[in-house]
Parts: sequence; C-alpha cells; structure tokens
Amino acid sequence: MTTIKNNTTLEANLSDKNEDSFDGTNQQSQKEGFTGNLKYLIVGVFFGIVFVKAEIVSWFRIQEMFRFDSFHMYGVIGSAVIVGLISLQIIKRFNIRTLGGEEVSIPPKQFNKGQIYGGFMFGLGWAITGACPGPLFAQIGSGFLVVIITLLSGIAGTWTYGLLRSRLPH
Amino acid sequence: MELFELIRKPWPWYIAGPLIGFTVPILLLLGNKSFGISSSLRHICAAVIPANISFFKYDWKKEAWNLFFVAGIALGGFIATYLLTNPDSLLVAESTKASLMQLGITDFSGLMPADLFSVENIFSLKGLIFFVAGGFLVGFGTRYAGGCTSGHAIMGLANLQWPSLVATFFFMAGGFFSTWILLPWLLKLVS
Repeated sequence: MTTIKNNTTLEANLSDKNEDSFDGTNQQSQKEGFTGNLKYLIVGVFFGIVFVKAEIVSWFRIQEMFRFDSFHMYGVIGSAVIVGLISLQIIKRFNIRTLGGEEVSIPPKQFNKGQIYGGFMFGLGWAITGACPGPLFAQIGSGFLVVIITLLSGIAGTWTYGLLRSRLPH
Repeated sequence: MELFELIRKPWPWYIAGPLIGFTVPILLLLGNKSFGISSSLRHICAAVIPANISFFKYDWKKEAWNLFFVAGIALGGFIATYLLTNPDSLLVAESTKASLMQLGITDFSGLMPADLFSVENIFSLKGLIFFVAGGFLVGFGTRYAGGCTSGHAIMGLANLQWPSLVATFFFMAGGFFSTWILLPWLLKLVS
C-alpha cells in the first residue's frame, strides 16, 4: 500500500531479508560505474554543506533538541519528512520514472524487535557523540579529526552486530 | 556579495529541512536509490573486513553509491566549514548552556565542545566514553535497528512505514535517557 513497488529480485540478493532491511538500497537494475557514481558524490557534497551550515552536526544542537530548549532540530527533521512525503506522493501519483527510465521502487521496512533495542542503543549513542552516521562524516570533513575514532568505532559496532546477529532477538 | 554573506550565516530550519527532504526524490530519480546513510558502515565492513560473516557477504559494489554519497558529505563538510565559514560563533540556547556548564562543559565556541572532542582526549576516559563507546553504540544500534535518522526517521516516515515510526520513537527515547540520566553521570565520571 505504502510502497511504490516491491522488488522481488531484492530478496535474492539479500540473505534473511525479513530480519534485516537495508536502508539506502540501490534498486536500479542498470549498473553504474565510477563516473556514474560521481553524481551521488555531488549530492553528498550539497548535503554535507546543509548539515554544517544548519549546524545539524553540532553536539550542542543535539543537546538542545533532547533538552527541549530549541525547535531547530525538530523543525529540520519535521520539514524534511513533510517534503519527502509530498515528493513521494507526487512521484507515485504521476508515476514519475528515474533518469534511466525505470519505475521508482522503495523496499518496505519490515518490523523486527531490532527497531526497539537497536533504536534505543543508537539513541544513547546519538546523545553521547552528538552525531548520527551522516553527521559523523560531515564532522570529520569539518576538521574534527577525533571523530575518525568515533567512525572507526561505529564500523566496529556494525561489524560486531553482524557477528552476533543470529544470537540477538529480532 | 550579499548572497554570499547570507550563505555564510547559519541556515534556519525551514531552509535546511526542505533541502534535506528533497534528497529523497533526488536520489530516487537519479538512480532509484533510497535515502539512508548508516548502510555505508555495513558496506565498509563488507569491503574491508567481511571475515566470512554471512551478514557481510553480499555485493557491496552494487551499493557503492552510498560510499560516494558519504565521501561527498565529508567533502561538503569541509567546504561549508572552510569556504563558507560562519563569521559569528555558535549560539547555544541559554538553558542548554546553563545545564551543560553545571555538568562541566566550558567551551561553547565551536560546533563541538572542545572539552570533549579534542585530540588530546583520545587516550583518556573521555575518549573511551565519548568516541569509542558512543561510536560503537551508533554503529551497532543503527544496524540492529536497520537504519538511522536518515533511513528511518526521514526516508521511512516519508514513505509511511510504521516500523520506522517505532524506530524513530526509540531513537528519541534513547536520546532522552542518555541526555537526562547517562550524560550527567558520564560527565561527572570524566571531570
């Protein structure tokens, strides 16, 4: 209902898909090489500029949000969701296709208990580091080189999850 | 160059939020890519240290766009900080400032508190808690939850996915717990 199109080929590519939905999936069937991928680098550059100029990458802004002392972060996330939602409705309504002429396809999110336990754990880390994964990269680019340690530890955390995954409640 | 002056100042939420929201259709229309950043950490694992773990055995090259995207974010961070430098210092809400000062934070000039996020703290208890443990929770938690603020709170909610609403609720719950209960204790520990 809420997804534009369920892609069945995705299930062949991902093992145990029910337990883990990717985010940031690539649903395009045409392959893209290095130069094709450069356009995502450019989108990333604009995105990183917004992150820093709106101070979303600031530890203090995250503290203000969790202390209810500023509307800024709520405004950013809220208006981003609304613009994203309207855009998706327009894409669906007018059946707008991708640049490559493919039908837009978004894999649905499957519920599992990881969204509860993992979500809570990420929240703990979010307030401590003042960053979600996106801002981590922007902070490093902004010259906070210590955040490289945070990023490496985040990669280690992801790896540890992969290792323990079958033993964790889902 | 008035426009340039305007761009250098901090951007309000009603500019930044919609720009971030537009990333959702832009990525979809450019190449059928769902917006989500935390997967980049998984792809790095898959590319560098798969260690025969089934969770990391997939065609990460197909998802390489995500790595280009995060490289762009780092580059964008550099451009915004060094070429579009904010002429003023960061303004922190008075009440947050007061609470944090009580907890021992003294430097409010940069995007990050220098009391915590400086190189000399790497091999100290501060580094262990704020970089290593904090980063680990972010990496482990986002993958366990199947997404982060971008994948769940923005992409998932915009696509009306209820599991993303559950995830976003627990992101916030964890953040409130961390801010109000954990952080005062942790900051006392390292002071």
